Amino acid sequence: MKVASKSITLLVLVFVLSIPFYAFAKADAGKTGEKGNPVNTKEEVKAYIQHHLKDSHDFHLFSTFDDNGVEHHWGFPLPVMLWGENGFTAFMSSEFHHDDEGQVIVTKGESRFVKNHGRIYELEAGATSLTYDEDHHATNASKPFDLSITKSVFGILLIGLLMLIWFSGLARQYKKKNIPTGFARVLEPLVIYVRDEIAKPNIGESYRKFTGYLLTVFFFIWILNLVGLMPFGFNVTGQIAVTAALAVITLVIYVFSGNKHFWGHMLWMPGIPYIFRPLLGVIELAGTLIIKPFSLLVRLFANITAGHTVVMSLVAVGILLQDSLSVAGSTIVSLFLSLFIMLIELLVAFLQAYIFTTLSALFIGMAVADDHHDEELHDEHGETIEDTEVIRKNFT
Amino acid sequence: MEQLLENFSLDLFVKQTILFLLLIFLMVKFAWKPIMSALNEREEGIQGALDAAENAKKEMASLQADNEKLLKEARAEREAMLKEAREVKTKMIDDAKVEAKDAADKMVAQAQAAIEAERKSAIADLKGQVAALSVEIAEKVVKNELSDKEKQLGLVDKMLGQATLN
Repeated sequence: MKVASKSITLLVLVFVLSIPFYAFAKADAGKTGEKGNPVNTKEEVKAYIQHHLKDSHDFHLFSTFDDNGVEHHWGFPLPVMLWGENGFTAFMSSEFHHDDEGQVIVTKGESRFVKNHGRIYELEAGATSLTYDEDHHATNASKPFDLSITKSVFGILLIGLLMLIWFSGLARQYKKKNIPTGFARVLEPLVIYVRDEIAKPNIGESYRKFTGYLLTVFFFIWILNLVGLMPFGFNVTGQIAVTAALAVITLVIYVFSGNKHFWGHMLWMPGIPYIFRPLLGVIELAGTLIIKPFSLLVRLFANITAGHTVVMSLVAVGILLQDSLSVAGSTIVSLFLSLFIMLIELLVAFLQAYIFTTLSALFIGMAVADDHHDEELHDEHGETIEDTEVIRKNFT
Repeated sequence: MEQLLENFSLDLFVKQTILFLLLIFLMVKFAWKPIMSALNEREEGIQGALDAAENAKKEMASLQADNEKLLKEARAEREAMLKEAREVKTKMIDDAKVEAKDAADKMVAQAQAAIEAERKSAIADLKGQVAALSVEIAEKVVKNELSDKEKQLGLVDKMLGQATLN
Protein backbone atom coordinates (compact mmCIF):
# COMPACT_ATOMS: atom_id res chain seq x y z
CA MET A 1 0.00 0.00 0.00
CA LYS A 2 2.81 2.31 0.89
CA VAL A 3 4.43 1.72 -2.44
CA ALA A 4 1.13 2.44 -4.16
CA SER A 5 0.61 5.74 -2.37
CA LYS A 6 4.19 6.74 -3.09
CA SER A 7 3.82 6.02 -6.73
CA ILE A 8 0.57 8.00 -6.89
CA THR A 9 2.24 10.95 -5.23
CA LEU A 10 5.11 10.64 -7.66
CA LEU A 11 2.71 10.53 -10.57
CA VAL A 12 0.98 13.70 -9.41
CA LEU A 13 4.33 15.42 -8.96
CA VAL A 14 5.57 14.37 -12.37
CA PHE A 15 2.31 15.55 -13.86
CA VAL A 16 2.57 18.94 -12.19
CA LEU A 17 6.22 19.37 -13.05
CA SER A 18 5.78 18.40 -16.69
CA ILE A 19 3.07 20.99 -17.24
CA PRO A 20 5.42 23.69 -18.51
CA PHE A 21 6.76 21.42 -21.21
CA TYR A 22 3.41 20.95 -22.81
CA ALA A 23 2.68 23.92 -24.93
CA PHE A 24 -0.88 23.78 -26.06
CA ALA A 25 -1.25 27.08 -27.71
CA LYS A 26 -0.81 27.82 -31.30
CA ALA A 27 1.06 30.93 -32.17
CA ASP A 28 -1.23 33.63 -31.08
CA ALA A 29 -1.08 37.25 -32.07
CA GLY A 30 -0.65 39.58 -29.11
CA LYS A 31 -4.00 40.96 -28.24
CA THR A 32 -3.14 44.00 -26.21
CA GLY A 33 -0.37 46.45 -26.61
CA GLU A 34 2.20 46.14 -29.31
CA LYS A 35 3.14 42.84 -30.81
CA GLY A 36 6.08 41.12 -29.21
CA ASN A 37 5.85 43.37 -26.26
CA PRO A 38 5.69 41.70 -22.89
CA VAL A 39 3.85 43.16 -19.95
CA ASN A 40 5.80 46.26 -19.12
CA THR A 41 3.60 49.24 -18.46
CA LYS A 42 1.79 50.15 -15.29
CA GLU A 43 -1.62 49.44 -16.81
CA GLU A 44 -0.52 46.12 -18.22
CA VAL A 45 0.95 45.09 -14.87
CA LYS A 46 -2.29 46.04 -13.14
CA ALA A 47 -4.35 44.11 -15.67
CA TYR A 48 -1.99 41.15 -15.39
CA ILE A 49 -2.30 41.07 -11.59
CA GLN A 50 -6.08 41.30 -11.74
CA HIS A 51 -6.17 38.60 -14.35
CA HIS A 52 -4.06 36.35 -12.16
CA LEU A 53 -6.29 36.87 -9.14
CA LYS A 54 -9.28 35.64 -11.11
CA ASP A 55 -10.19 32.08 -11.81
CA SER A 56 -9.50 30.95 -15.35
CA HIS A 57 -10.52 28.19 -17.69
CA ASP A 58 -7.03 27.12 -18.66
CA PHE A 59 -3.85 26.54 -16.78
CA HIS A 60 -1.59 29.28 -17.98
CA LEU A 61 1.93 29.34 -16.59
CA PHE A 62 3.83 31.89 -18.66
CA SER A 63 4.07 33.37 -22.10
CA THR A 64 7.06 33.76 -24.38
CA PHE A 65 7.64 35.82 -27.49
CA ASP A 66 9.53 34.44 -30.42
CA ASP A 67 11.70 36.41 -32.83
CA ASN A 68 8.71 37.42 -34.92
CA GLY A 69 7.04 38.93 -31.90
CA VAL A 70 4.43 36.21 -31.73
CA GLU A 71 3.19 35.31 -28.29
CA HIS A 72 3.32 31.69 -27.15
CA HIS A 73 1.42 30.59 -24.11
CA TRP A 74 2.76 27.79 -21.97
CA GLY A 75 0.47 25.69 -19.85
CA PHE A 76 -2.31 23.23 -20.54
CA PRO A 77 -6.01 23.37 -21.31
CA LEU A 78 -8.69 22.32 -18.84
CA PRO A 79 -12.06 20.79 -19.64
CA VAL A 80 -14.97 23.16 -20.04
CA MET A 81 -18.33 21.74 -19.03
CA LEU A 82 -21.42 23.85 -19.49
CA TRP A 83 -25.11 23.44 -18.75
CA GLY A 84 -26.71 25.87 -21.14
CA GLU A 85 -29.95 26.31 -22.97
CA ASN A 86 -29.32 23.25 -25.09
CA GLY A 87 -28.26 21.00 -22.29
CA PHE A 88 -24.81 19.76 -21.40
CA THR A 89 -21.76 20.59 -23.48
CA ALA A 90 -18.14 19.74 -22.88
CA PHE A 91 -14.96 20.72 -24.71
CA MET A 92 -11.38 21.66 -23.92
CA SER A 93 -10.61 25.26 -23.11
CA SER A 94 -7.99 25.32 -25.87
CA GLU A 95 -10.85 25.83 -28.33
CA PHE A 96 -11.07 29.44 -27.18
CA HIS A 97 -7.45 29.98 -28.31
CA HIS A 98 -6.71 32.09 -25.25
CA ASP A 99 -9.32 34.57 -26.19
CA ASP A 100 -10.73 36.33 -23.16
CA GLU A 101 -12.42 39.21 -24.94
CA GLY A 102 -15.42 37.50 -26.48
CA GLN A 103 -13.88 37.30 -29.97
CA VAL A 104 -13.59 33.57 -30.59
CA ILE A 105 -16.91 31.80 -30.93
CA VAL A 106 -16.99 28.09 -30.15
CA THR A 107 -19.91 26.39 -31.82
CA LYS A 108 -21.16 23.16 -30.28
CA GLY A 109 -24.37 21.89 -31.78
CA GLU A 110 -26.81 24.76 -31.66
CA SER A 111 -25.00 26.63 -28.90
CA ARG A 112 -22.34 29.21 -29.49
CA PHE A 113 -20.06 30.15 -26.64
CA VAL A 114 -17.70 33.05 -26.10
CA LYS A 115 -15.39 33.74 -23.19
CA ASN A 116 -15.06 37.22 -21.77
CA HIS A 117 -13.07 38.17 -18.67
CA GLY A 118 -13.04 34.65 -17.35
CA ARG A 119 -16.76 34.08 -17.87
CA ILE A 120 -18.32 31.96 -20.59
CA TYR A 121 -21.45 33.29 -22.29
CA GLU A 122 -23.87 31.55 -24.59
CA LEU A 123 -24.78 33.83 -27.47
CA GLU A 124 -28.39 34.25 -28.33
CA ALA A 125 -29.58 33.14 -31.73
CA GLY A 126 -28.48 35.51 -34.42
CA ALA A 127 -25.92 37.33 -32.33
CA THR A 128 -22.45 37.33 -33.82
CA SER A 129 -20.53 39.06 -31.08
CA LEU A 130 -20.98 40.02 -27.48
CA THR A 131 -22.51 43.43 -26.78
CA TYR A 132 -22.67 45.17 -23.42
CA ASP A 133 -24.76 47.74 -21.66
CA GLU A 134 -23.28 50.56 -19.57
CA ASP A 135 -22.79 48.32 -16.52
CA HIS A 136 -20.68 45.98 -18.60
CA HIS A 137 -23.32 43.26 -18.60
CA ALA A 138 -23.82 41.21 -21.72
CA THR A 139 -27.07 42.11 -23.47
CA ASN A 140 -27.32 39.45 -26.14
CA ALA A 141 -26.04 36.40 -24.29
CA SER A 142 -26.96 34.23 -21.34
CA LYS A 143 -24.70 32.65 -18.78
CA PRO A 144 -24.75 28.87 -18.84
CA PHE A 145 -24.13 27.07 -15.56
CA ASP A 146 -20.40 26.50 -15.56
CA LEU A 147 -19.33 23.08 -14.32
CA SER A 148 -15.86 23.40 -15.85
CA ILE A 149 -12.74 22.14 -14.22
CA THR A 150 -11.37 25.65 -13.92
CA LYS A 151 -7.93 26.36 -12.52
CA SER A 152 -9.39 26.66 -9.01
CA VAL A 153 -11.38 23.48 -9.32
CA PHE A 154 -8.26 21.76 -10.64
CA GLY A 155 -6.40 23.02 -7.57
CA ILE A 156 -9.16 21.85 -5.25
CA LEU A 157 -9.15 18.40 -6.84
CA LEU A 158 -5.36 18.14 -6.80
CA ILE A 159 -5.00 19.21 -3.17
CA GLY A 160 -7.97 17.10 -2.13
CA LEU A 161 -6.34 14.09 -3.73
CA LEU A 162 -2.98 14.87 -2.10
CA MET A 163 -4.63 15.26 1.32
CA LEU A 164 -6.46 11.99 0.85
CA ILE A 165 -3.24 10.19 -0.12
CA TRP A 166 -1.16 11.70 2.67
CA PHE A 167 -3.58 11.33 5.53
CA SER A 168 -5.00 7.96 4.58
CA GLY A 169 -1.35 6.88 4.37
CA LEU A 170 -0.90 8.09 7.93
CA ALA A 171 -4.08 6.27 8.95
CA ARG A 172 -2.84 3.04 7.35
CA GLN A 173 0.47 3.24 9.18
CA TYR A 174 -1.26 3.04 12.54
CA LYS A 175 -2.49 -0.42 11.68
CA LYS A 176 1.04 -1.76 11.81
CA LYS A 177 2.89 0.52 14.21
CA ASN A 178 2.28 3.04 16.91
CA ILE A 179 4.68 5.67 15.68
CA PRO A 180 4.46 6.58 12.01
CA THR A 181 7.58 6.88 9.90
CA GLY A 182 8.53 8.96 6.91
CA PHE A 183 6.38 11.86 5.78
CA ALA A 184 3.50 10.73 7.98
CA ARG A 185 5.63 11.56 11.00
CA VAL A 186 5.47 15.20 9.92
CA LEU A 187 1.70 15.06 9.50
CA GLU A 188 0.96 13.48 12.85
CA PRO A 189 1.98 16.42 15.08
CA LEU A 190 -0.01 18.76 12.83
CA VAL A 191 -3.11 16.63 13.30
CA ILE A 192 -2.50 16.53 17.05
CA TYR A 193 -1.93 20.29 17.04
CA VAL A 194 -5.29 20.98 15.39
CA ARG A 195 -7.03 18.58 17.75
CA ASP A 196 -5.39 19.80 20.97
CA GLU A 197 -4.89 23.49 20.27
CA ILE A 198 -7.87 24.33 18.09
CA ALA A 199 -10.69 21.81 18.54
CA LYS A 200 -10.41 20.88 22.22
CA PRO A 201 -10.02 24.30 23.86
CA ASN A 202 -12.60 26.06 21.71
CA ILE A 203 -15.35 23.46 21.52
CA GLY A 204 -15.03 21.62 24.80
CA GLU A 205 -16.28 18.15 25.55
CA SER A 206 -18.10 17.45 22.29
CA TYR A 207 -15.08 18.29 20.15
CA ARG A 208 -14.87 14.80 18.64
CA LYS A 209 -17.86 15.33 16.36
CA PHE A 210 -16.32 18.40 14.75
CA THR A 211 -12.62 17.55 14.49
CA GLY A 212 -13.14 15.93 11.10
CA TYR A 213 -14.43 19.17 9.62
CA LEU A 214 -11.87 21.34 11.40
CA LEU A 215 -8.94 19.17 10.32
CA THR A 216 -10.15 19.10 6.72
CA VAL A 217 -10.70 22.84 6.57
CA PHE A 218 -7.36 23.59 8.26
CA PHE A 219 -5.24 21.49 5.92
CA PHE A 220 -7.31 22.48 2.88
CA ILE A 221 -6.77 26.19 3.50
CA TRP A 222 -3.17 25.87 4.59
CA ILE A 223 -2.01 23.71 1.71
CA LEU A 224 -3.89 25.80 -0.85
CA ASN A 225 -2.44 28.99 0.66
CA LEU A 226 1.03 27.50 0.31
CA VAL A 227 0.35 26.27 -3.21
CA GLY A 228 -0.82 29.81 -3.99
CA LEU A 229 2.68 31.02 -3.08
CA MET A 230 4.30 28.57 -5.47
CA PRO A 231 4.83 29.51 -9.07
CA PHE A 232 1.96 27.46 -10.51
CA GLY A 233 -0.45 30.35 -10.48
CA PHE A 234 -3.06 28.88 -8.14
CA ASN A 235 -5.20 31.37 -6.31
CA VAL A 236 -7.87 29.14 -4.82
CA THR A 237 -8.22 30.58 -1.32
CA GLY A 238 -8.21 34.04 -2.91
CA GLN A 239 -11.46 33.19 -4.70
CA ILE A 240 -14.31 34.69 -2.75
CA ALA A 241 -16.62 31.90 -3.89
CA VAL A 242 -14.30 29.33 -2.30
CA THR A 243 -14.00 31.17 1.02
CA ALA A 244 -17.75 31.81 0.96
CA ALA A 245 -18.42 28.10 0.53
CA LEU A 246 -16.16 27.31 3.48
CA ALA A 247 -17.79 29.97 5.66
CA VAL A 248 -21.27 28.76 4.74
CA ILE A 249 -20.35 25.21 5.71
CA THR A 250 -19.15 26.50 9.10
CA LEU A 251 -22.41 28.46 9.40
CA VAL A 252 -24.52 25.42 8.61
CA ILE A 253 -22.59 23.33 11.13
CA TYR A 254 -23.00 25.71 14.02
CA VAL A 255 -26.59 26.62 13.22
CA PHE A 256 -27.62 22.97 13.13
CA SER A 257 -25.62 21.92 16.18
CA GLY A 258 -26.74 24.90 18.29
CA ASN A 259 -28.47 23.78 21.48
CA LYS A 260 -31.40 25.24 23.42
CA HIS A 261 -29.11 27.34 25.57
CA PHE A 262 -27.47 28.90 22.50
CA TRP A 263 -30.74 29.85 20.80
CA GLY A 264 -32.31 30.92 24.08
CA HIS A 265 -29.51 33.32 24.88
CA MET A 266 -29.46 34.61 21.35
CA LEU A 267 -33.15 35.33 20.85
CA TRP A 268 -34.32 36.08 24.39
CA MET A 269 -31.27 37.15 26.38
CA PRO A 270 -31.93 36.61 30.07
CA GLY A 271 -30.87 39.20 32.61
CA ILE A 272 -31.70 42.37 30.72
CA PRO A 273 -34.91 44.44 30.74
CA TYR A 274 -37.67 42.88 28.65
CA ILE A 275 -38.03 45.77 26.22
CA PHE A 276 -34.46 45.35 25.00
CA ARG A 277 -34.70 41.63 24.45
CA PRO A 278 -36.28 41.63 20.96
CA LEU A 279 -33.86 44.30 19.81
CA LEU A 280 -30.89 42.38 21.12
CA GLY A 281 -32.34 39.22 19.59
CA VAL A 282 -32.35 40.81 16.15
CA ILE A 283 -28.78 42.04 16.56
CA GLU A 284 -27.59 38.66 17.81
CA LEU A 285 -29.38 36.84 15.01
CA ALA A 286 -27.79 39.11 12.40
CA GLY A 287 -24.41 38.57 14.06
CA THR A 288 -24.74 34.81 14.04
CA LEU A 289 -26.22 34.34 10.59
CA ILE A 290 -24.53 37.11 8.61
CA ILE A 291 -21.65 38.88 10.34
CA LYS A 292 -19.77 35.83 11.64
CA PRO A 293 -19.63 33.94 8.30
CA PHE A 294 -19.07 37.17 6.42
CA SER A 295 -16.07 38.03 8.59
CA LEU A 296 -14.73 34.52 8.02
CA LEU A 297 -15.02 34.63 4.25
CA VAL A 298 -13.78 38.18 3.79
CA ARG A 299 -10.80 37.77 6.14
CA LEU A 300 -9.41 34.80 4.26
CA PHE A 301 -10.22 36.19 0.81
CA ALA A 302 -8.79 39.64 1.57
CA ASN A 303 -5.61 38.36 3.19
CA ILE A 304 -4.76 36.00 0.37
CA THR A 305 -5.73 38.45 -2.36
CA ALA A 306 -3.71 41.20 -0.71
CA GLY A 307 -0.74 38.86 -0.36
CA HIS A 308 -0.82 37.89 -4.03
CA THR A 309 -1.25 41.52 -5.09
CA VAL A 310 1.65 42.71 -2.95
CA VAL A 311 4.00 39.95 -4.09
CA MET A 312 3.21 40.58 -7.74
CA SER A 313 3.44 44.34 -7.32
CA LEU A 314 6.87 43.99 -5.76
CA VAL A 315 7.94 41.74 -8.61
CA ALA A 316 6.65 44.43 -10.95
CA VAL A 317 8.95 46.92 -9.23
CA GLY A 318 11.75 45.20 -11.07
CA ILE A 319 10.09 46.16 -14.37
CA LEU A 320 8.60 49.53 -13.63
CA LEU A 321 11.52 51.16 -11.82
CA GLN A 322 14.15 50.24 -14.39
CA ASP A 323 14.27 53.84 -15.59
CA SER A 324 15.03 55.37 -12.23
CA LEU A 325 17.06 52.59 -10.58
CA SER A 326 18.78 50.94 -13.55
CA VAL A 327 18.14 47.30 -14.41
CA ALA A 328 20.37 45.84 -11.71
CA GLY A 329 19.14 48.22 -9.00
CA SER A 330 15.46 47.64 -9.62
CA THR A 331 15.99 43.90 -9.82
CA ILE A 332 17.82 43.84 -6.49
CA VAL A 333 15.20 46.02 -4.81
CA SER A 334 12.41 43.93 -6.24
CA LEU A 335 14.05 40.64 -5.29
CA PHE A 336 14.83 41.78 -1.77
CA LEU A 337 11.35 43.17 -1.13
CA SER A 338 9.51 40.24 -2.66
CA LEU A 339 11.67 37.76 -0.77
CA PHE A 340 10.85 39.60 2.44
CA ILE A 341 7.13 39.69 1.70
CA MET A 342 7.24 36.03 0.64
CA LEU A 343 8.46 35.10 4.12
CA ILE A 344 5.61 37.05 5.65
CA GLU A 345 3.19 35.39 3.25
CA LEU A 346 4.50 32.02 4.37
CA LEU A 347 3.48 32.96 7.90
CA VAL A 348 0.16 34.41 6.69
CA ALA A 349 -0.59 31.16 4.86
CA PHE A 350 -0.46 29.29 8.14
CA LEU A 351 -1.99 32.08 10.18
CA GLN A 352 -5.09 32.42 8.00
CA ALA A 353 -5.67 28.67 8.05
CA TYR A 354 -5.26 28.76 11.83
CA ILE A 355 -7.57 31.75 12.25
CA PHE A 356 -10.29 30.35 10.01
CA THR A 357 -10.20 27.00 11.81
CA THR A 358 -10.00 28.52 15.28
CA LEU A 359 -12.88 30.90 14.65
CA SER A 360 -14.95 28.08 13.17
CA ALA A 361 -14.19 26.02 16.27
CA LEU A 362 -15.03 28.97 18.48
CA PHE A 363 -18.38 29.56 16.77
CA ILE A 364 -19.21 25.87 16.99
CA GLY A 365 -18.09 25.90 20.62
CA MET A 366 -20.43 28.81 21.39
CA ALA A 367 -23.29 26.93 19.78
CA VAL A 368 -22.77 23.68 21.67
CA ALA A 369 -21.69 25.16 25.02
CA ASP A 370 -23.69 23.91 28.00
CA ASP A 371 -25.58 26.07 30.43
CA HIS A 372 -22.85 27.04 32.85
CA HIS A 373 -25.00 29.06 35.23
CA ASP A 374 -25.10 26.27 37.78
CA GLU A 375 -21.37 26.15 38.04
CA GLU A 376 -19.47 28.59 40.14
CA LEU A 377 -17.14 30.90 38.33
CA HIS A 378 -13.68 31.45 39.67
CA ASP A 379 -11.33 34.34 39.20
CA GLU A 380 -7.61 33.90 38.78
CA HIS A 381 -7.07 33.67 42.52
CA GLY A 382 -9.52 30.83 42.77
CA GLU A 383 -12.15 32.85 44.55
CA THR A 384 -15.74 32.54 43.57
CA ILE A 385 -17.07 35.26 41.32
CA GLU A 386 -20.74 35.85 41.67
CA ASP A 387 -22.78 35.59 38.54
CA THR A 388 -23.80 39.01 37.27
CA GLU A 389 -27.42 37.97 37.15
CA VAL A 390 -27.34 36.95 40.78
CA ILE A 391 -25.74 40.26 41.72
CA ARG A 392 -28.41 42.12 39.84
CA LYS A 393 -31.21 40.14 41.49
CA ASN A 394 -29.78 40.82 44.93
CA PHE A 395 -29.45 44.50 44.14
CA THR A 396 -33.02 45.17 43.06
CA MET B 1 -18.53 45.59 -1.93
CA GLU B 2 -19.69 45.77 -5.52
CA GLN B 3 -16.37 44.44 -6.69
CA LEU B 4 -16.68 41.62 -4.18
CA LEU B 5 -20.02 40.67 -5.67
CA GLU B 6 -18.58 41.09 -9.14
CA ASN B 7 -15.79 38.64 -8.28
CA PHE B 8 -18.18 36.20 -6.69
CA SER B 9 -18.88 33.32 -9.01
CA LEU B 10 -21.89 31.22 -8.10
CA ASP B 11 -20.63 28.38 -10.31
CA LEU B 12 -17.39 28.14 -8.38
CA PHE B 13 -19.30 28.43 -5.10
CA VAL B 14 -21.45 25.44 -5.98
CA LYS B 15 -18.50 23.42 -7.25
CA GLN B 16 -16.42 24.22 -4.17
CA THR B 17 -19.29 23.33 -1.81
CA ILE B 18 -19.90 19.97 -3.45
CA LEU B 19 -16.21 19.09 -3.78
CA PHE B 20 -15.43 20.20 -0.25
CA LEU B 21 -18.31 18.25 1.28
CA LEU B 22 -17.10 15.23 -0.66
CA LEU B 23 -13.57 15.86 0.61
CA ILE B 24 -14.80 16.13 4.22
CA PHE B 25 -16.71 12.88 3.82
CA LEU B 26 -13.73 11.02 2.32
CA MET B 27 -11.23 12.46 4.77
CA VAL B 28 -13.40 11.59 7.77
CA LYS B 29 -13.95 8.09 6.49
CA PHE B 30 -10.45 7.22 5.33
CA ALA B 31 -8.21 9.47 7.37
CA TRP B 32 -9.51 11.32 10.40
CA LYS B 33 -11.54 8.53 11.99
CA PRO B 34 -8.78 5.89 11.93
CA ILE B 35 -6.13 8.50 12.84
CA MET B 36 -8.14 9.82 15.78
CA SER B 37 -8.96 6.39 17.12
CA ALA B 38 -5.33 5.28 16.74
CA LEU B 39 -4.09 8.42 18.50
CA ASN B 40 -6.60 7.99 21.32
CA GLU B 41 -5.65 4.37 21.68
CA ARG B 42 -1.98 5.24 21.79
CA GLU B 43 -2.52 8.03 24.30
CA GLU B 44 -4.59 5.77 26.50
CA GLY B 45 -1.83 3.15 26.22
CA ILE B 46 0.79 5.67 27.29
CA GLN B 47 -1.40 6.87 30.13
CA GLY B 48 -1.96 3.27 31.21
CA ALA B 49 1.76 2.52 31.14
CA LEU B 50 2.50 5.65 33.16
CA ASP B 51 -0.17 4.76 35.69
CA ALA B 52 1.20 1.23 35.97
CA ALA B 53 4.71 2.58 36.54
CA GLU B 54 3.39 4.95 39.18
CA ASN B 55 1.56 2.09 40.88
CA ALA B 56 4.66 -0.11 40.77
CA LYS B 57 6.65 2.72 42.33
CA LYS B 58 4.09 3.09 45.08
CA GLU B 59 4.07 -0.66 45.67
CA MET B 60 7.85 -0.69 45.84
CA ALA B 61 7.79 2.12 48.36
CA SER B 62 5.23 0.34 50.50
CA LEU B 63 7.21 -2.90 50.24
CA GLN B 64 10.32 -1.09 51.33
CA ALA B 65 8.46 0.46 54.22
CA ASP B 66 7.20 -3.00 55.16
CA ASN B 67 10.72 -4.36 55.02
CA GLU B 68 11.99 -1.60 57.21
CA LYS B 69 9.20 -2.20 59.66
CA LEU B 70 9.95 -5.90 59.75
CA LEU B 71 13.62 -5.23 60.25
CA LYS B 72 12.86 -2.86 63.08
CA GLU B 73 10.59 -5.40 64.68
CA ALA B 74 13.21 -8.11 64.35
CA ARG B 75 15.80 -5.86 65.85
CA ALA B 76 13.53 -5.02 68.74
CA GLU B 77 12.76 -8.68 69.26
CA ARG B 78 16.44 -9.57 69.29
CA GLU B 79 17.04 -6.77 71.76
CA ALA B 80 14.27 -8.08 73.96
CA MET B 81 15.54 -11.64 73.71
CA LEU B 82 19.06 -10.62 74.58
CA LYS B 83 17.84 -8.62 77.51
CA GLU B 84 15.76 -11.51 78.73
CA ALA B 85 18.70 -13.88 78.38
CA ARG B 86 20.91 -11.53 80.30
CA GLU B 87 18.32 -11.30 83.02
CA VAL B 88 17.95 -15.06 83.14
CA LYS B 89 21.70 -15.44 83.37
CA THR B 90 22.04 -12.99 86.26
CA LYS B 91 19.13 -14.58 88.00
CA MET B 92 20.60 -18.04 87.59
CA ILE B 93 23.94 -16.90 88.89
CA ASP B 94 22.32 -15.15 91.80
CA ASP B 95 20.20 -18.16 92.56
CA ALA B 96 23.21 -20.43 92.40
CA LYS B 97 25.15 -18.13 94.67
CA VAL B 98 22.34 -18.05 97.20
CA GLU B 99 21.98 -21.80 97.06
CA ALA B 100 25.67 -22.40 97.45
CA LYS B 101 25.82 -20.00 100.36
CA ASP B 102 22.91 -21.73 101.97
CA ALA B 103 24.52 -25.11 101.52
CA ALA B 104 27.84 -23.86 102.88
CA ASP B 105 26.14 -22.21 105.81
CA LYS B 106 24.29 -25.40 106.51
CA MET B 107 27.47 -27.42 106.39
CA VAL B 108 29.30 -24.96 108.61
CA ALA B 109 26.42 -25.04 111.06
CA GLN B 110 26.40 -28.82 111.00
CA ALA B 111 30.15 -28.93 111.53
CA GLN B 112 29.93 -26.48 114.39
CA ALA B 113 27.13 -28.50 115.94
CA ALA B 114 29.20 -31.67 115.57
CA ILE B 115 32.27 -30.00 117.10
CA GLU B 116 30.18 -28.69 119.97
CA ALA B 117 28.72 -32.11 120.55
CA GLU B 118 32.22 -33.67 120.45
CA ARG B 119 33.54 -31.09 122.85
CA LYS B 120 30.63 -31.61 125.17
CA SER B 121 31.04 -35.35 125.08
CA ALA B 122 34.82 -34.95 125.55
CA ILE B 123 34.32 -32.69 128.53
CA ALA B 124 31.77 -35.09 129.95
CA ASP B 125 34.18 -37.95 129.37
CA LEU B 126 37.02 -36.04 131.02
CA LYS B 127 34.82 -35.18 133.92
CA GLY B 128 33.95 -38.88 134.32
CA GLN B 129 37.64 -39.89 134.08
CA VAL B 130 38.68 -37.15 136.49
CA ALA B 131 36.00 -38.29 138.88
CA ALA B 132 37.04 -41.91 138.54
CA LEU B 133 40.72 -40.97 138.90
CA SER B 134 39.98 -38.88 141.90
CA VAL B 135 37.99 -41.69 143.41
CA GLU B 136 40.82 -44.12 142.65
CA ILE B 137 43.42 -41.80 144.01
CA ALA B 138 41.31 -41.20 146.99
CA GLU B 139 40.84 -44.91 147.48
CA LYS B 140 44.58 -45.55 147.15
CA VAL B 141 45.42 -42.69 149.39
CA VAL B 142 42.89 -43.76 151.82
CA LYS B 143 44.13 -47.30 151.66
CA ASN B 144 47.78 -46.22 152.03
CA GLU B 145 47.38 -43.38 154.38
CA LEU B 146 45.04 -45.05 156.62
CA SER B 147 48.03 -46.91 157.82
CA ASP B 148 50.23 -43.91 158.36
CA LYS B 149 48.56 -40.83 159.52
CA GLU B 150 51.49 -38.59 158.85
CA LYS B 151 51.99 -39.95 155.56
CA GLN B 152 48.40 -39.73 154.75
CA LEU B 153 48.24 -36.11 155.37
CA GLY B 154 51.45 -35.53 153.47
CA LEU B 155 50.08 -37.34 150.59
CA VAL B 156 46.90 -35.39 150.55
CA ASP B 157 48.85 -32.17 150.53
CA LYS B 158 51.10 -33.38 147.84
CA MET B 159 48.28 -34.53 145.64
CA LEU B 160 46.33 -31.47 146.12
CA GLY B 161 49.38 -29.48 145.12
CA GLN B 162 49.77 -31.48 142.00
CA ALA B 163 46.18 -31.41 140.84
CA THR B 164 45.12 -27.97 139.89
CA LEU B 165 41.61 -28.09 138.88
CA ASN B 166 40.72 -25.94 136.14
